[in-house]
Amino acid sequence: MNQNPGVIGTKLGMTQVFNEDGSVTPCTVVQSKPVVVGKRTQDKDGYDALIIGVGTKTAKHVKKPQAGFYKKQNVDPKALLREFRCPADFAAKFETGQEVKLDELFEAGQYIDVQGVSRGRGFSGVMRRHNFAGGTSSHGTHEYKRHGGSIGMNMTPGHVLKGQKMAGQCGNKRLSVLNLRIHQVIADQNLVLIRGGVPGAKNATVIVRGAVKKRNGGKVS
Amino acid sequence: MSGANPIVEALEKSSLRDDLPAFRVGDSVDVHYRIREGEKERVQVFSGVVIKRRRAGARSTFTVRKVSFNVGVERMFPLHSPRIDKIQIQSQGVVRRSRLFYLRELRGKAARIKDVKDR
Repeated sequence: MNQNPGVIGTKLGMTQVFNEDGSVTPCTVVQSKPVVVGKRTQDKDGYDALIIGVGTKTAKHVKKPQAGFYKKQNVDPKALLREFRCPADFAAKFETGQEVKLDELFEAGQYIDVQGVSRGRGFSGVMRRHNFAGGTSSHGTHEYKRHGGSIGMNMTPGHVLKGQKMAGQCGNKRLSVLNLRIHQVIADQNLVLIRGGVPGAKNATVIVRGAVKKRNGGKVS
Repeated sequence: MSGANPIVEALEKSSLRDDLPAFRVGDSVDVHYRIREGEKERVQVFSGVVIKRRRAGARSTFTVRKVSFNVGVERMFPLHSPRIDKIQIQSQGVVRRSRLFYLRELRGKAARIKDVKDR
Protein backbone atom coordinates (compact mmCIF):
# COMPACT_ATOMS: atom_id res chain seq x y z
CA MET A 1 0.00 0.00 0.00
CA ASN A 2 1.15 3.49 -0.73
CA GLN A 3 2.46 4.81 2.56
CA ASN A 4 3.86 7.96 1.02
CA PRO A 5 2.36 11.23 2.13
CA GLY A 6 0.23 13.06 -0.36
CA VAL A 7 -2.32 15.80 -0.85
CA ILE A 8 -5.65 16.49 -2.50
CA GLY A 9 -5.27 19.18 -5.11
CA THR A 10 -6.99 20.99 -7.95
CA LYS A 11 -5.69 20.71 -11.48
CA LEU A 12 -5.53 24.30 -12.73
CA GLY A 13 -4.35 23.60 -16.25
CA MET A 14 -1.24 23.13 -18.27
CA THR A 15 1.57 25.41 -19.32
CA GLN A 16 5.17 25.13 -20.33
CA VAL A 17 8.29 26.21 -18.53
CA PHE A 18 11.62 27.23 -20.02
CA ASN A 19 14.65 25.64 -18.42
CA GLU A 20 18.01 27.33 -18.06
CA ASP A 21 19.38 25.75 -21.22
CA GLY A 22 16.36 26.93 -23.21
CA SER A 23 14.62 23.57 -23.40
CA VAL A 24 10.94 23.43 -22.64
CA THR A 25 9.10 21.26 -20.12
CA PRO A 26 5.33 20.81 -20.41
CA CYS A 27 3.84 21.10 -16.94
CA THR A 28 0.52 20.60 -15.22
CA VAL A 29 -0.19 23.13 -12.49
CA VAL A 30 -1.81 21.69 -9.38
CA GLN A 31 -2.93 23.83 -6.48
CA SER A 32 -3.38 22.52 -2.98
CA LYS A 33 -3.72 24.07 0.44
CA PRO A 34 -3.99 21.06 2.70
CA VAL A 35 -4.83 21.14 6.39
CA VAL A 36 -4.46 18.28 8.83
CA VAL A 37 -7.99 17.66 10.11
CA GLY A 38 -7.26 14.59 12.16
CA LYS A 39 -5.12 11.54 12.65
CA ARG A 40 -5.46 7.82 12.74
CA THR A 41 -3.16 6.02 15.13
CA GLN A 42 -1.99 2.45 15.54
CA ASP A 43 -3.33 2.27 19.09
CA LYS A 44 -6.79 3.51 18.35
CA ASP A 45 -7.47 2.62 14.73
CA GLY A 46 -4.96 -0.09 13.90
CA TYR A 47 -3.07 2.00 11.36
CA ASP A 48 -1.39 5.38 11.02
CA ALA A 49 -2.74 8.03 8.72
CA LEU A 50 -3.27 11.75 8.39
CA ILE A 51 -6.72 13.03 7.56
CA ILE A 52 -6.15 15.82 5.10
CA GLY A 53 -8.79 18.37 4.18
CA VAL A 54 -8.86 21.09 1.53
CA GLY A 55 -11.18 23.94 0.60
CA THR A 56 -13.98 25.41 2.66
CA LYS A 57 -17.60 24.58 3.26
CA THR A 58 -20.20 26.90 4.73
CA ALA A 59 -21.79 25.75 7.98
CA LYS A 60 -25.22 25.18 6.46
CA HIS A 61 -23.81 22.65 3.98
CA VAL A 62 -22.17 20.53 6.65
CA LYS A 63 -24.20 17.59 7.87
CA LYS A 64 -24.61 17.35 11.62
CA PRO A 65 -22.42 14.28 12.27
CA GLN A 66 -19.63 15.87 10.21
CA ALA A 67 -20.12 19.19 11.97
CA GLY A 68 -19.60 17.38 15.25
CA PHE A 69 -16.39 15.84 13.95
CA TYR A 70 -15.04 19.21 12.82
CA LYS A 71 -16.00 20.74 16.14
CA LYS A 72 -14.22 18.01 18.04
CA GLN A 73 -11.09 18.52 15.95
CA ASN A 74 -11.49 22.30 16.27
CA VAL A 75 -11.05 22.80 12.51
CA ASP A 76 -13.23 24.71 10.03
CA PRO A 77 -15.28 22.43 7.76
CA LYS A 78 -13.49 21.38 4.57
CA ALA A 79 -14.88 20.74 1.11
CA LEU A 80 -12.94 17.51 0.70
CA LEU A 81 -11.51 15.05 3.17
CA ARG A 82 -9.22 12.11 2.63
CA GLU A 83 -7.03 9.86 4.66
CA PHE A 84 -3.44 9.35 3.65
CA ARG A 85 -1.69 6.37 5.16
CA CYS A 86 1.78 7.30 6.34
CA PRO A 87 4.47 6.09 8.74
CA ALA A 88 3.90 6.99 12.37
CA ASP A 89 7.05 9.11 12.63
CA PHE A 90 5.92 11.22 9.68
CA ALA A 91 2.44 11.72 11.14
CA ALA A 92 4.02 12.81 14.42
CA LYS A 93 5.46 15.87 12.68
CA PHE A 94 2.02 17.34 12.17
CA GLU A 95 -0.65 18.47 14.55
CA THR A 96 -4.37 18.63 14.02
CA GLY A 97 -5.34 21.97 12.54
CA GLN A 98 -1.90 22.56 11.12
CA GLU A 99 -1.52 23.65 7.51
CA VAL A 100 0.77 21.44 5.44
CA LYS A 101 3.20 23.27 3.20
CA LEU A 102 3.82 21.57 -0.11
CA ASP A 103 7.59 21.82 0.22
CA GLU A 104 7.38 19.68 3.35
CA LEU A 105 5.96 16.86 1.24
CA PHE A 106 7.49 17.24 -2.19
CA GLU A 107 10.75 18.28 -3.77
CA ALA A 108 11.78 19.10 -7.32
CA GLY A 109 12.60 16.00 -9.33
CA GLN A 110 10.68 13.68 -7.05
CA TYR A 111 8.74 10.80 -8.57
CA ILE A 112 5.03 10.93 -7.81
CA ASP A 113 1.78 9.17 -8.61
CA VAL A 114 -1.29 11.17 -9.56
CA GLN A 115 -4.88 9.98 -9.36
CA GLY A 116 -7.80 11.69 -10.98
CA VAL A 117 -11.06 11.10 -12.78
CA SER A 118 -10.58 11.22 -16.53
CA ARG A 119 -12.74 13.42 -18.70
CA GLY A 120 -16.00 11.67 -19.55
CA ARG A 121 -16.79 11.00 -23.19
CA GLY A 122 -20.10 9.25 -22.67
CA PHE A 123 -21.12 6.07 -24.47
CA SER A 124 -18.50 5.84 -27.19
CA GLY A 125 -17.82 3.51 -30.06
CA VAL A 126 -14.79 1.28 -30.30
CA MET A 127 -12.79 3.71 -32.43
CA ARG A 128 -12.81 6.42 -29.77
CA ARG A 129 -12.82 4.11 -26.77
CA HIS A 130 -10.26 1.50 -27.77
CA ASN A 131 -8.50 3.12 -30.76
CA PHE A 132 -9.79 0.51 -33.20
CA ALA A 133 -9.02 1.23 -36.82
CA GLY A 134 -12.63 0.97 -38.03
CA GLY A 135 -13.50 -0.15 -41.52
CA THR A 136 -12.54 1.20 -44.89
CA SER A 137 -14.70 4.04 -46.11
CA SER A 138 -14.61 3.02 -49.75
CA HIS A 139 -14.52 -0.25 -51.73
CA GLY A 140 -18.25 -0.84 -51.43
CA THR A 141 -18.46 -0.47 -47.65
CA HIS A 142 -22.01 0.11 -46.51
CA GLU A 143 -22.83 1.11 -42.93
CA TYR A 144 -19.68 -0.51 -41.55
CA LYS A 145 -17.21 2.37 -41.30
CA ARG A 146 -16.81 2.71 -37.54
CA HIS A 147 -17.55 -0.85 -36.49
CA GLY A 148 -15.21 -3.11 -34.55
CA GLY A 149 -15.44 -6.15 -36.83
CA SER A 150 -15.67 -9.70 -35.53
CA ILE A 151 -16.08 -10.27 -31.80
CA GLY A 152 -15.15 -13.92 -31.68
CA MET A 153 -15.15 -17.42 -33.14
CA ASN A 154 -17.96 -19.87 -34.07
CA MET A 155 -19.00 -23.07 -32.24
CA THR A 156 -15.72 -23.21 -30.34
CA PRO A 157 -15.90 -21.56 -27.85
CA GLY A 158 -19.49 -20.64 -28.66
CA HIS A 159 -19.49 -17.46 -26.61
CA VAL A 160 -17.80 -14.10 -26.66
CA LEU A 161 -14.56 -14.08 -24.67
CA LYS A 162 -14.57 -12.12 -21.44
CA GLY A 163 -12.95 -8.72 -21.69
CA GLN A 164 -13.77 -8.33 -25.40
CA LYS A 165 -13.40 -4.63 -26.20
CA MET A 166 -16.69 -3.14 -27.27
CA ALA A 167 -18.53 0.19 -27.23
CA GLY A 168 -19.52 1.63 -23.86
CA GLN A 169 -18.82 4.33 -21.31
CA CYS A 170 -15.53 6.01 -22.15
CA GLY A 171 -13.70 8.14 -19.63
CA ASN A 172 -15.15 9.46 -16.35
CA LYS A 173 -13.14 6.74 -14.70
CA ARG A 174 -10.64 6.95 -11.91
CA LEU A 175 -7.13 6.68 -13.30
CA SER A 176 -3.68 6.64 -11.74
CA VAL A 177 -0.61 7.81 -13.57
CA LEU A 178 2.55 6.44 -11.99
CA ASN A 179 6.06 7.84 -11.87
CA LEU A 180 5.45 11.39 -13.01
CA ARG A 181 8.01 13.89 -11.77
CA ILE A 182 7.73 17.12 -9.86
CA HIS A 183 9.24 19.97 -11.81
CA GLN A 184 8.94 22.67 -9.21
CA VAL A 185 7.27 23.30 -5.87
CA ILE A 186 6.05 26.84 -5.24
CA ALA A 187 5.14 26.57 -1.58
CA ASP A 188 4.15 30.18 -0.95
CA GLN A 189 1.51 29.98 -3.68
CA ASN A 190 0.51 26.40 -2.76
CA LEU A 191 1.38 25.25 -6.29
CA VAL A 192 3.22 22.28 -7.60
CA LEU A 193 4.29 21.86 -11.24
CA ILE A 194 4.16 18.30 -12.51
CA ARG A 195 5.98 17.25 -15.66
CA GLY A 196 3.48 16.00 -18.23
CA GLY A 197 -0.26 15.58 -18.08
CA VAL A 198 -2.54 14.24 -15.38
CA PRO A 199 -6.04 12.75 -15.72
CA GLY A 200 -9.04 15.02 -15.45
CA ALA A 201 -10.44 18.29 -16.69
CA LYS A 202 -9.37 21.73 -15.55
CA ASN A 203 -10.46 22.42 -11.95
CA ALA A 204 -10.81 18.69 -11.36
CA THR A 205 -9.72 17.13 -8.09
CA VAL A 206 -6.51 15.12 -8.21
CA ILE A 207 -4.55 13.23 -5.60
CA VAL A 208 -0.78 13.64 -5.64
CA ARG A 209 1.46 11.40 -3.59
CA GLY A 210 4.96 9.97 -3.54
CA ALA A 211 5.56 7.21 -6.09
CA VAL A 212 4.67 3.77 -4.77
CA LYS A 213 7.03 1.95 -7.13
CA LYS A 214 10.15 3.95 -6.27
CA ARG A 215 12.33 3.78 -3.22
CA ASN A 216 12.02 6.40 -0.53
CA GLY A 217 8.67 7.62 -1.81
CA GLY A 218 10.22 8.77 -5.06
CA LYS A 219 12.46 11.34 -3.41
CA VAL A 220 15.75 11.75 -5.21
CA SER A 221 17.80 13.57 -2.60
CA MET B 1 -11.32 29.10 -26.46
CA SER B 2 -11.45 29.38 -22.72
CA GLY B 3 -8.56 31.33 -21.30
CA ALA B 4 -6.00 29.91 -18.96
CA ASN B 5 -6.53 29.95 -15.24
CA PRO B 6 -5.51 33.33 -13.74
CA ILE B 7 -2.98 31.63 -11.48
CA VAL B 8 -1.42 29.81 -14.42
CA GLU B 9 -1.32 33.07 -16.35
CA ALA B 10 0.43 34.82 -13.47
CA LEU B 11 2.88 31.95 -13.33
CA GLU B 12 3.63 32.29 -17.02
CA LYS B 13 4.09 36.02 -16.74
CA SER B 14 7.47 35.68 -15.06
CA SER B 15 8.90 33.80 -18.03
CA LEU B 16 7.59 36.22 -20.68
CA ARG B 17 10.16 38.37 -22.45
CA ASP B 18 9.41 42.02 -22.94
CA ASP B 19 12.75 42.92 -24.50
CA LEU B 20 11.86 41.70 -28.00
CA PRO B 21 10.56 44.13 -30.65
CA ALA B 22 6.94 43.97 -31.72
CA PHE B 23 6.82 42.33 -35.11
CA ARG B 24 3.94 41.16 -37.23
CA VAL B 25 3.15 38.52 -39.79
CA GLY B 26 4.67 39.59 -43.11
CA ASP B 27 7.69 41.28 -41.58
CA SER B 28 11.19 40.25 -42.55
CA VAL B 29 13.24 39.52 -39.48
CA ASP B 30 16.68 38.31 -38.43
CA VAL B 31 16.42 35.91 -35.51
CA HIS B 32 19.64 35.63 -33.53
CA TYR B 33 19.42 32.22 -31.93
CA ARG B 34 21.94 30.78 -29.51
CA ILE B 35 22.89 27.26 -30.39
CA ARG B 36 25.11 24.89 -28.56
CA GLU B 37 27.78 22.87 -30.35
CA GLY B 38 29.30 20.51 -27.85
CA GLU B 39 30.74 22.79 -25.21
CA LYS B 40 30.76 25.97 -27.25
CA GLU B 41 27.85 28.29 -27.68
CA ARG B 42 27.42 30.53 -30.68
CA VAL B 43 24.76 32.73 -32.23
CA GLN B 44 23.16 31.69 -35.48
CA VAL B 45 21.12 34.13 -37.54
CA PHE B 46 17.99 32.92 -39.31
CA SER B 47 16.60 35.55 -41.70
CA GLY B 48 13.25 35.35 -43.42
CA VAL B 49 9.62 36.29 -43.48
CA VAL B 50 7.34 35.72 -40.49
CA ILE B 51 4.52 33.58 -41.86
CA LYS B 52 2.77 32.68 -38.64
CA ARG B 53 2.44 33.92 -35.10
CA ARG B 54 0.78 31.96 -32.36
CA ARG B 55 -0.21 34.10 -29.42
CA ALA B 56 -0.63 31.88 -26.38
CA GLY B 57 1.09 33.34 -23.34
CA ALA B 58 4.33 31.55 -22.53
CA ARG B 59 3.59 29.02 -25.25
CA SER B 60 3.65 31.65 -28.02
CA THR B 61 5.62 30.75 -31.11
CA PHE B 62 6.37 32.24 -34.50
CA THR B 63 7.44 30.69 -37.78
CA VAL B 64 10.02 32.22 -40.13
CA ARG B 65 10.33 31.14 -43.75
CA LYS B 66 13.27 31.64 -46.05
CA VAL B 67 14.35 30.18 -49.36
CA SER B 68 17.84 28.83 -49.23
CA PHE B 69 19.50 27.31 -52.35
CA ASN B 70 16.04 27.08 -53.93
CA VAL B 71 14.72 25.08 -51.04
CA GLY B 72 12.11 26.59 -48.77
CA VAL B 73 13.12 26.41 -45.11
CA GLU B 74 10.71 27.14 -42.29
CA ARG B 75 11.70 27.31 -38.69
CA MET B 76 9.49 27.71 -35.67
CA PHE B 77 10.78 29.52 -32.60
CA PRO B 78 9.25 29.73 -29.12
CA LEU B 79 8.81 33.47 -28.75
CA HIS B 80 9.83 33.61 -25.10
CA SER B 81 12.73 31.20 -25.38
CA PRO B 82 15.83 32.31 -23.49
CA ARG B 83 17.85 31.04 -26.46
CA ILE B 84 16.68 33.90 -28.65
CA ASP B 85 19.46 36.46 -28.40
CA LYS B 86 17.66 39.18 -30.29
CA ILE B 87 15.25 39.79 -33.15
CA GLN B 88 15.93 42.48 -35.73
CA ILE B 89 13.16 43.72 -38.00
CA GLN B 90 14.54 44.25 -41.49
CA SER B 91 11.36 45.43 -43.16
CA GLN B 92 7.68 45.61 -42.39
CA GLY B 93 5.38 43.96 -44.88
CA VAL B 94 1.82 44.63 -45.92
CA VAL B 95 -0.25 41.46 -45.81
CA ARG B 96 -3.95 40.78 -45.56
CA ARG B 97 -3.96 37.54 -43.65
CA SER B 98 -2.54 36.15 -40.44
CA ARG B 99 -1.07 32.97 -41.92
CA LEU B 100 1.06 33.33 -45.05
CA PHE B 101 1.04 29.67 -46.03
CA TYR B 102 0.33 30.69 -49.64
CA LEU B 103 4.00 31.66 -49.91
CA ARG B 104 4.87 27.97 -49.98
CA GLU B 105 3.38 27.62 -53.44
CA LEU B 106 5.09 30.73 -54.82
CA ARG B 107 8.66 31.23 -56.00
CA GLY B 108 10.85 34.20 -56.83
CA LYS B 109 9.09 37.40 -57.86
CA ALA B 110 5.65 36.08 -57.03
CA ALA B 111 6.68 35.38 -53.45
CA ARG B 112 7.48 39.01 -52.67
CA ILE B 113 5.62 40.93 -49.99
CA LYS B 114 4.82 44.64 -50.32
CA ASP B 115 6.81 46.84 -47.98
CA VAL B 116 5.05 49.27 -45.68
CA LYS B 117 7.27 52.09 -46.99
CA ASP B 118 6.22 51.63 -50.65
CA ARG B 119 2.56 52.01 -49.90
